[in-house]
Amino acid sequence: MQFKSLVIFNVELSSGYWRMRMTAPPLFADSRPGQFLMIKVTEGADPLLRRPFGIFDTGAFVTRYTDCGSQTFLEILYKVVGKGTAMLAALHDGDRLDILGPLGRGFTPGDPAGEKILVGGGIGLAPLYFLAKELVGSSRVRLFAGGRSREDILCITEFERLGVETYVATDDGSLGDRGFVTQVLEKHLVSAKDATLYACGPMPMLQATAEIARRHNVPCQVSLEAYMACGMGACLGCVVKGKEHRDDHPDYRCVCKEGPVFDQCDLLWEKGEGGQP
Amino acid sequence: MKPNLTVNIGGIQLKNPVMTASGTFGYGPEFADYLDLNSLGGIITKGLSLKPRAGNPTPRIVETCGGMLNAIGLQNVGIEEFIEKKIPFYRTLETKVIANFFGTTVDEYAELAGRLDAIPEVAGMEVNISCPNVKQGGIVFGTDPAAAAAVVAAVRERTGKTVIVKLSPNVTDIVAMAQACVAAGADALSLINTITAMAIDLKTKRPVLANITGGLSGPAIKPIALRMVWQVAKAVNVPIIGIGGIMTATDALEFLLAGATAVQVGTASFLDPGAAGRIVREMEEYLVREGISDVRELIGALKV
Repeated sequence: MQFKSLVIFNVELSSGYWRMRMTAPPLFADSRPGQFLMIKVTEGADPLLRRPFGIFDTGAFVTRYTDCGSQTFLEILYKVVGKGTAMLAALHDGDRLDILGPLGRGFTPGDPAGEKILVGGGIGLAPLYFLAKELVGSSRVRLFAGGRSREDILCITEFERLGVETYVATDDGSLGDRGFVTQVLEKHLVSAKDATLYACGPMPMLQATAEIARRHNVPCQVSLEAYMACGMGACLGCVVKGKEHRDDHPDYRCVCKEGPVFDQCDLLWEKGEGGQP
Repeated sequence: MKPNLTVNIGGIQLKNPVMTASGTFGYGPEFADYLDLNSLGGIITKGLSLKPRAGNPTPRIVETCGGMLNAIGLQNVGIEEFIEKKIPFYRTLETKVIANFFGTTVDEYAELAGRLDAIPEVAGMEVNISCPNVKQGGIVFGTDPAAAAAVVAAVRERTGKTVIVKLSPNVTDIVAMAQACVAAGADALSLINTITAMAIDLKTKRPVLANITGGLSGPAIKPIALRMVWQVAKAVNVPIIGIGGIMTATDALEFLLAGATAVQVGTASFLDPGAAGRIVREMEEYLVREGISDVRELIGALKV
């Protein structure tokens, strides 16, 4: 759906990372963890296109200003990386945005009996929080969060408040273990019972996570990020290679429509520069 | 009184002059949640080829100031799957469906025209001789008047349906291209396709697109498109479909003034999936407000 939204709050969590809460129509409550939004940050032509954002949280709060006595909201986490996100960061309470969403296919919860392991890097933690909220009711949930430095580790307290066990690794060792979060993950995975992995973050981290999943023979869903113009399967800008892909037999899948969450076995993982599946 | 919005493009009666441009609207159903497809003058399909095409490697798109570059590389399902999976949906529609297609040889263009001619749900065809992002097919026929004429003549021979030729702006003399296509039997012309362009990333010192160059679209190209429509409209006597950066009814009506009989909305659908439907409504509101009883009064009405 397409809707107008009002900013409720927009705060900087750590250097360059922001958290924004906006109003949403009641139907938005049906959105699934892993689905995403396309946000038009300005009515003008620059930037022209919408920007994709994962859903960090959604819910409703009590208010006497709506007919039904409650107001649905949604939240995103974002990092200021360019002109569009810089304009987003300049917004204040009450500013208006035009939003398309929820879009795409989200995470599949899977069998509640097994342990759920979330692997996130930087801004990739956003959809994992929404997922954790859903999973903690029925399963043991652990989070492995990674980043370059402590500033890149977001909202750990929020995860812990849900009852999620958290493990942190940073490249510079400023928070948690020094090194890649996937190294920490692999150490703990050995003892995990019927684990399912859910990952979102930079491509090298997703690649490493998928490889670990294959090595340990555990199911793994990855949420991908891609340049996209439309978010609804029309521009074909955001495609990734599916497992059947060969040069003479195209198997391109739209991140926006067939994803952004994929089972890692459905993708073609290629080694090397670019690191695209 | 409700103004007349109908226009005729080489025999196809459109309920209004607003269509959706090939490659920006999927096959149509993708957008059904965001606008009433039957409110449109027409839908131009994603470009079709005889065999499915993989398209180019990624990154395939990048935004630039006031526009975007794409180098999709004509990824499409191919004519067989189009007939089997997409055509049934069109039976439920009350708008005109025009199939955009391309080949790598004159014979392929002719064969596709023959296949499309046999599909009752397809009102007409738009011959793509102007995709800048593939080496074979498209642009090679779109930059040489003789080659373009050969394609159009071969297509003409295989169909009695309306033949629209989509022209490339990446030529020295678009009027010569237009005249060659009309002489070879085109019923109408659509222009412009995207403008060859590129984007560079200073940090990596690499081109942003995997294809190195791409096609520029969006508001940034509207003035160029207007100029070309105006030039071509003066030189040929077939209807012209204006394309290039149309975001509002104001943009669309400017193309009509320049000489276009209809328009196609492209990039706008990416950021506003209901854009084409909104433009139809805005256009009607404009006519009512200005007391214009027939949209055709505006075609070529530019005062110079």
